[in-house]
Amino acid sequence: MNIKLLGALAALALLGACSNTEDQSSATGAGTATTTAGPRPGSQEDLVANVGDRVFFDTDRSSIRADQRATLDRQAAWLGQYPQVQVTVEGHADERGTREYNLALGQRRANAARDVLVAGGVAPARISTISYGKDRPAALGSTEEAWAQNRRAVTVVR
Amino acid sequence: MSLRTPFLITRRHALFGAGAVMVAPGIFTWPLMPRSAHAQGAVIDVTRARTDPIPIAIPDMAGASPDAQRFGRDIARVIQANLRNSGLFRPVERQAFIQSPEAAAATPRWQDWRVVGSQALTTGRVDTQGDRIRVEFRLFDVLAEQQIQGTAFTAPAAQWRRIAHLISDVIYERMLGEKGYFDTQIVYIAESGPRDRRTRRLAIMDQDGENHRFLTDGSFQALTPRFHPNARQIAFMSYFRNEPRVYLFNLDTGQQQVLGSFGGMTFSPRFSPDGRSVVLSAARGGDANIYVVDLATRRERQLTGGGSLDVSPCYSPDGQQIVFNSDRGGDQQLYVMGADGGGVRRISFGNGRYATPVWSPRGDLIAFTRISGGQFAIGVMRPDGSGERILSEGWAMESPTFAPNGRVLAFYRESQARDARGGGYSSRLAQIDIAGFNERQMVTPTDASDPSWSPLLS
Repeated sequence: MNIKLLGALAALALLGACSNTEDQSSATGAGTATTTAGPRPGSQEDLVANVGDRVFFDTDRSSIRADQRATLDRQAAWLGQYPQVQVTVEGHADERGTREYNLALGQRRANAARDVLVAGGVAPARISTISYGKDRPAALGSTEEAWAQNRRAVTVVR
Repeated sequence: MSLRTPFLITRRHALFGAGAVMVAPGIFTWPLMPRSAHAQGAVIDVTRARTDPIPIAIPDMAGASPDAQRFGRDIARVIQANLRNSGLFRPVERQAFIQSPEAAAATPRWQDWRVVGSQALTTGRVDTQGDRIRVEFRLFDVLAEQQIQGTAFTAPAAQWRRIAHLISDVIYERMLGEKGYFDTQIVYIAESGPRDRRTRRLAIMDQDGENHRFLTDGSFQALTPRFHPNARQIAFMSYFRNEPRVYLFNLDTGQQQVLGSFGGMTFSPRFSPDGRSVVLSAARGGDANIYVVDLATRRERQLTGGGSLDVSPCYSPDGQQIVFNSDRGGDQQLYVMGADGGGVRRISFGNGRYATPVWSPRGDLIAFTRISGGQFAIGVMRPDGSGERILSEGWAMESPTFAPNGRVLAFYRESQARDARGGGYSSRLAQIDIAGFNERQMVTPTDASDPSWSPLLS
């Protein structure tokens, strides 16, 4: 009896703790009755899980690589599905450059990604861009692999 | 830069004017007559090589009260540290001293200072007068047995470090024949927290790391501060409201204001030598072009264009030219143009990419960052691109800034992360003589980047 009660309280506490996240049903598991699985459609989590939020660049380059193009095409289609969604494209660089130049390079990468989205039918007014240069790495190592992950443009739902 | 040139100090007793001079708010200075008349025309003929710093004795200054003695000791130690850190002086160990500081302040016994190996001697006396102090300072040529300089300072006691720096500059200038750089500040970016969520704050300190304070609270990212020529204002880049823009920071009022009405990101600001405008980069579309913004009218004028990334502009000290880096030729290289944007020519032709050019206040050199073969380096070249010399090389370093006499560079040096979580990464300020020796790490409370050296404060 006591144990059962505790279990119910714990489940409630979990629900409370997760109320801000989009994927509470999957996080709390079988205890809840609701059925919607996966991220809320049109959310950042949806973009990450089902579309891909980022594209990668070659060293000191800002042209969209052929193997990255499909991600941006999917993003454009996804944005077409959710016309109320506005995004910021964040441009980044790896640590093997100087800060000021990398700010410019990150801006150019963000812009290159944005151009593909616009060409894919997204209204320019829905997309803003920003550069963080080398100052917000996604991978913290000092290796080729880390740098490849950091040369990126990330689409973020506002 | 007279590194290996012999310089003669054939000064008669200088500064024999009668009146006091205000060198900074509340700090007055006036000349002191030599105590005893001596034969004129003594010559110190010194050839200074980097391995041959000038031995100088800097005993504690004398004082009549315990308070005065404490100031006298603290001032002498700041002077010793300044001169030692320059790499051009070797303060003699005080344990070797024979004559007491009090006796030397009255009358130096030359033999006592010669045998400990000093070529120069400083003496001083401190008097406390309420909340002010008066500091009498004398510099002697030990070999010629002659006073080279005598100066008295009065200042609020809280300003005793300023006095020590002013005296250090006097010694440097009288012994080396070029201006010092000790009465200066450095503004920089204080960095803390993990690298993917870094807090970056504007911070300011004396050139020796003292009187440190933060200027921003870390609620927005700050980058690349640069001093106005009057040292009372800073241009920097701020991510306030997530809009990366160049701002001006007023050191007297603490006020910040955005500079210009550009639509996109503005960055890499530098003041013109006359302090009337700021040259910066502005992102328009995917390009970055150089603009100059007049501070009085706030009118902006575009200097470069054409689809490249043109960043890190810096004026020559006469304001006639601008050096910057651009990828217009395929990769990052240094270019010089007229202040109106005309006559662009490339000046860097070595191996690798070149970035962050800064013009020496003396006009004779441009310092830069070079990225080559997986290594970063700090170097200097002449403004026509000739005479390139690498001063320091390593995993990562960038953003050189000149001390106001053009003799020392500060920059920041990063260490390589050892693991995938960024362990082992650090970012620290360093200094190096432009002859490529005496590299020293500067002490800051946290990781640090983007130093900018102020002009002389007085």
